[in-house]
Amino acid sequence: MVAIMPEQTQAKALAFLSRTNQKNTQADISKTIQEAMAVYALDASCCLQILILIQQRLGYIPPEANRILTQSLMLPESHIKGLISFYVFLKYQPLGKFRLFLGDNITDRMLGNQDVATKLCQQLKVSERTPRSDGRVFIGFSSCTGLGDQGPSMLINGFAISRLTDERIAQIVALIEQDVALANWPEALFSIDTNIHQADHILSAQPFTGQALAQLSKQPAEEIMQELQSSKLRGRGGAGFNTYRKWAICQQTTNKQRVVVCNADEGEPGTFKDRVLLQDHTDTLIEGMTLCARLINANHGFIYLRAEYLFLYQPLVETLARRRQQKLLGHNILGIEDFHFDIDIHLGAGAYVCGEESALIESLEGKRGIPRIRPPYPVTSGYQGLPTVVNNVETYIAASHIVLNGGDWFAEQGVANSAGTKLHSVSGDCKQPGIYELAFGNSIRDLLTHCGGEAAQAVQVGGASGTLVPAKDFDRALEFDDVPTGGSFMVFSKQRDIFDVIKNFAEFFRHESCGFCTPCRVGTSLSNDILGKIAHGQGTPHDIERLSRINDLSSSMSQCGLGQSAHNALNDALRHFPDCFNKRLQTKKHALALDFEQEIVRITLNEESH
Amino acid sequence: MTNKQQITIDGQVVEFEQGQTVMDAAIAANIYIPHLCHNPKFKPQGSCRLCTVNVNGRHAASCVTPCEANAIVENHTEELKAKRKGIIELLFLEGNHFCPSCERSGNCQLQAQAYQLEMTGTDLSYQYPSRQLDASHAEVILDRDRCILCELCVRASRDVDGKNVFAIAGRGNQAQLVVNSDSGLLKDSKLTTDDCAMKVCPVGALLIKKKGFDTPIGERLYDNQLISEVGHHHPYETSKKTP
Repeated sequence: MVAIMPEQTQAKALAFLSRTNQKNTQADISKTIQEAMAVYALDASCCLQILILIQQRLGYIPPEANRILTQSLMLPESHIKGLISFYVFLKYQPLGKFRLFLGDNITDRMLGNQDVATKLCQQLKVSERTPRSDGRVFIGFSSCTGLGDQGPSMLINGFAISRLTDERIAQIVALIEQDVALANWPEALFSIDTNIHQADHILSAQPFTGQALAQLSKQPAEEIMQELQSSKLRGRGGAGFNTYRKWAICQQTTNKQRVVVCNADEGEPGTFKDRVLLQDHTDTLIEGMTLCARLINANHGFIYLRAEYLFLYQPLVETLARRRQQKLLGHNILGIEDFHFDIDIHLGAGAYVCGEESALIESLEGKRGIPRIRPPYPVTSGYQGLPTVVNNVETYIAASHIVLNGGDWFAEQGVANSAGTKLHSVSGDCKQPGIYELAFGNSIRDLLTHCGGEAAQAVQVGGASGTLVPAKDFDRALEFDDVPTGGSFMVFSKQRDIFDVIKNFAEFFRHESCGFCTPCRVGTSLSNDILGKIAHGQGTPHDIERLSRINDLSSSMSQCGLGQSAHNALNDALRHFPDCFNKRLQTKKHALALDFEQEIVRITLNEESH
Repeated sequence: MTNKQQITIDGQVVEFEQGQTVMDAAIAANIYIPHLCHNPKFKPQGSCRLCTVNVNGRHAASCVTPCEANAIVENHTEELKAKRKGIIELLFLEGNHFCPSCERSGNCQLQAQAYQLEMTGTDLSYQYPSRQLDASHAEVILDRDRCILCELCVRASRDVDGKNVFAIAGRGNQAQLVVNSDSGLLKDSKLTTDDCAMKVCPVGALLIKKKGFDTPIGERLYDNQLISEVGHHHPYETSKKTP
């Protein structure tokens, strides 16, 4: 493994990634490529990071980059090609000086993102998804941007802007037309609210600057591990693996080097609680990772930050730098002789599948984010084959609290198999969208009461891959044994058409399937096609049967959780809201398999979607 | 450790050695599990999912699932047969597989699996892709519309030929086989017809030019025998004899 010098790397990367460095002067192509490679000391395993820097400065990846990277990093040409064609924020074409991508999750649609796009297009005299002829501006869409509580939102050259009111749209249009560099745009445009409406232990605490780490000198490591065990903490990303067990297995591996990874690739549509934690509780997160490093004996860490949270890169770098000065990170942490640990930040580039831990590790290694075959699990063979703990942002923060306050303190809250509190990102049809921290075991109705969404007809818990819960089941509990959740909670009022929700999710999964295994690659594409056909009034009862069959194939035969869960919401909707499909069917009887008019509609739809 | 461990496959006791996958153990015991992306000579990858079996009641791709002592494996069930047939349908409709006009007909494993699983057609929509055809190489043609993304040529070229000619680019339903050369064309790659990569394609995506129909239709490997009877041998690696 290459010796890491995160401090220097991060300082140099900031020249590319800080908004205040986004100038409008034409950057020199080959100089940019050389500089980007120099940031990562020509390390081929950082190839993806190098491409992200180039993309950020030039607005695209020029053909020269392929050639130079191939030669300088000694990688096959197809490797670079493979990356650029896999990560959606890497582009071969210069789309424009200002590249706008509007969040296109169902909650963004409910907030009128299409109206915003139309207004932007009209005022900027440009068509959707087509660069303006003078190369000034491009308007497109992206998957959920993690701003569901303050949409409609967008990314402009990678940086998030929320609350797109008419006033702000006019302001943005003027700045673009006046060709003002992003560095000089008003700061207020980029402010992102945290919208915390319900805080418990985690959210009401002050950031940790060594309080939990101090336990290391008061308590032997074994005792701290016991606290973690008695806390019954389970991973907050969704799967809910026991955190103590994960750390203990990693600790017991024979390898001398181990790795601590924070999964901050919060891609599940409707989730934004990690964004808020990264905004307000960065110190506690880093403290949790540092504790983990000490307990499992690791000295290398990563934060894998999703591309949509680029605006958090600079504050994160600054916090890491401050903690190094405070002796809470880096060499001889807390003055302890053999305690060295530092953290690299790797950015994602637009791939939901990288939230899956083994795909995330592939991405960390500079590869396409294809989930690995497991076993072996990352905990025994992860980053570069080294034993690796991968945990969610919220999990490390919870671990910090447990180390400071004890396992029993933590387990007092929540229910038997789901200890502690959980952060919920609430969006959609409710009075107060935002973040709610509730003990596990609260019902869906409880959360709806808190957020003012009691009149909902359904909620989608756990994101697009989660569970669609109809009103009759609102007494079900938010916990691992009942309705598990990674923290997304989207509320749909009676005025909403559940079909629109399902169609949005189908588009999402078709777009986000990595393409590795057959059932997911083909299945997500087919079900989106069929839903498109139904949306256009061309569906028949036979299409409903087809959807069920594809769902069955994809959920039982796919290689990873993405394909296995891609049709969950569709399945729930077919069960609980059959009318939203049936009312669109062309005929209630079975119709001819081949109808020329239907085929023409299908082919036209296909062409439109590509 | 000398004591052999056991699993059962459809009730038959099968011994395995530590580290063997369910597929390895099945092959050793002469039990056929349908597969396309697997070839015992290469590192398994588990992407086609055709070899999915039930291991202790859970679905798992047998080519990448390690044997665990006393595991109960189900291979021939109606449920699995229906799902495998579904996978074959998905592969057929994703590409352009016109068997009557394909040089590989009769030696094609996709076609052979379809026969074996009694697939007669599909009521799901054909996708009719039109991916780039690469006929630039003097001796080889690459028809991407027939590629099933099994990555056998990728693995063979990388791990056996040491040439790394192929890779996968793109994502989701845009994923496709790409060629590792400046132009992206086969003519500028190091591929030659005697490469191992040219002998492993289970379908008709990679063909040798000017060499059609050496074996007449009707006398090809799967023309008179089901692939389950032929076993794990590949048309271009072995003789036509059954194992």
